[in-house]
Amino acid sequence: MLKIQDLSLAISGESGSVPAVTNISLDLEPGKVLGLVGESGCGKSLTAQSILRLGEHQGIRRTAGTIRLDGEDIFTMPEKRLRRLRGGTVSMVFQEPMTALNPVFSIGSQLIEVIQLHLKLGKGEARQRAIGLLGDVGLQNAEGLLDQYPDALSGGMRQRVLIAMAMAGEPDYIIADEPTTALDVSVQKRIIGLLRYLQQTRGLGMLLVTHDFGLVAELADSVAVMYAGHIVEYGTVAEIFDHPAHPYTRALMACRPEVAPRHAAFPVIAGQVPSPGQWPDGCRFASRCRWADTACKRPVAEDVWHEDTHRARCVHVERVRQASRDSKGVSA
Amino acid sequence: MSLLVAEDLNKSFRKSGWWRATGEVTRAVTDVSFSLTEGETLAIVGESGSGKSTTARLVMRLLEADSGRIHLAGEDITQLRGKMLRHMRRHMQMVFQDPFASLNPRMRIGETVAEGLRVHEPKLGAVARRQRVAEMLERCGLKAEAMQRYPHQFSGGQRQRVGIARALAVSPNLVVLDEPVSALDVSVQAQILNLLKQLQREQHLSYLFISHDLSVVRQVADRVAVMFAGRIVEYGRTEKVFLHPRHPYTRVLLDARPITHPSQRSGESATLAKDTEHTADSGCAFRLRCKRAQSDCERFDGRLSTGDHAYACLHPLETL
Repeated sequence: MLKIQDLSLAISGESGSVPAVTNISLDLEPGKVLGLVGESGCGKSLTAQSILRLGEHQGIRRTAGTIRLDGEDIFTMPEKRLRRLRGGTVSMVFQEPMTALNPVFSIGSQLIEVIQLHLKLGKGEARQRAIGLLGDVGLQNAEGLLDQYPDALSGGMRQRVLIAMAMAGEPDYIIADEPTTALDVSVQKRIIGLLRYLQQTRGLGMLLVTHDFGLVAELADSVAVMYAGHIVEYGTVAEIFDHPAHPYTRALMACRPEVAPRHAAFPVIAGQVPSPGQWPDGCRFASRCRWADTACKRPVAEDVWHEDTHRARCVHVERVRQASRDSKGVSA
Repeated sequence: MSLLVAEDLNKSFRKSGWWRATGEVTRAVTDVSFSLTEGETLAIVGESGSGKSTTARLVMRLLEADSGRIHLAGEDITQLRGKMLRHMRRHMQMVFQDPFASLNPRMRIGETVAEGLRVHEPKLGAVARRQRVAEMLERCGLKAEAMQRYPHQFSGGQRQRVGIARALAVSPNLVVLDEPVSALDVSVQAQILNLLKQLQREQHLSYLFISHDLSVVRQVADRVAVMFAGRIVEYGRTEKVFLHPRHPYTRVLLDARPITHPSQRSGESATLAKDTEHTADSGCAFRLRCKRAQSDCERFDGRLSTGDHAYACLHPLETL
């Protein structure tokens, strides 16, 4: 189990330290997919990267809380152990298949390097393993691909190579940060299929970081919705889609172009996410929320409303849930 | 009446090698024809490499076509040069995908939006010009004070509003929108699309809307041209193309749209689909990926059928 508990992160800059993520608690279970959803600037990528302590050289600091992997705190882990963890037990797939591969090294040399970092294999064995991995991610003519350079591959093929690299250390957990965003639509669908295939056949725990509810609908078992540095709603994927309980979740789902009515104005969320350092004391979504009133000026606890697996950080949750029931899920 | 007519546009590029261009030639756009009436939105849909952005640049005369004709408001603009070309550009403006890259970071927003006016309405005085820029920014949902600020002081959505204000400041008839919302968050996308719709109504604009996102296209376009490997493979009214696609590639694109609810997950879970992105060099370019392909597809010339709902396929999908 990968357990994030009461995690707070701050960004240090010229003008001191600004809180960027506050009090996040999430459990990532083996064999399950947890979706972490929100607009850009909500802190979802920072949270994901902190699992491997990746943001630290960019001035992202933990200010409170723990992240434990099977009981072991990653913040007190020796550097050497942490390096083995990265790409070993926990690996990442990023958004940019165009930039995440080094253009001057062949696919084979990059893949074999990763394999040898994590598995004690000779050159020949590592090469065989690389061919196997490329086949595992659905690439044809794997042997010929080893000598190719990233330049010669399409976006979809590069993303498959990156997924092969993420699988090289035989991970238990995978963090996928917008894994399909930069790809063509028809390719997206196939990468989604590949991720589901690998996740299910190997019992991987997956943290799926995305702004795309379509991707969440495809892959996630449970969903955490982030807004302005903290979690505003958490539930199973069915609960989130059928009975969204936080106004932000509802609003975000309603502006998907897939569900918008034709020949009508798109539902929008007016304004924008407040930047770190500009969060109000009360509900952070209040300035954009159509349910907001004076009750929202007081701080709201994450579990102000909860039942079984579902919780929402909103004082008007009953009215919001009633609206969700009336509209059978989501409209404006 | 047709505002824009593109006739048999062709464009190929020489592949670049390590030091110099190789002899190999890539056909980016082949025999592309379409028309756009006043006040209408035509979407060109396709994936990377389909030639949709090249088509947009050919229409804008940012690239020279190898052959073919472009008519704007009845005038052949294919060969326009120099002053005439600049004058024509007033009627035809472009909004780019990346609002971060398409604004000059050293220029104040006010100067950026005023630039077109300086060129196209040189007689306009400084005060009147400022007035026009302020009005334009306000119509695009920004405050007039934005004039004094620099691009980095704005969010992605706001920068795209600036990009739109810049394009519309010179009162064009046609706006080419190249993936105008694909770099934006979903919530911001919706704001920008609403703005574009509103401006279209107010100023009676025609849009050539380049996009890979079918969900967005269904919302904004009156007609759609689907491109694959440099050719238009299907062309017709949006409802027709979405409800009764004839070309198998259009079907593939439609099926690849994101699902809207977890209950729509495909039942066949956890199988490994092999990677197939190949296009054929001869005959129908789609035939290697096509379930309906037969031997005659190897010799198909890619010609569109005639009629309102046209398609380039020997074995089209049936209409229901």
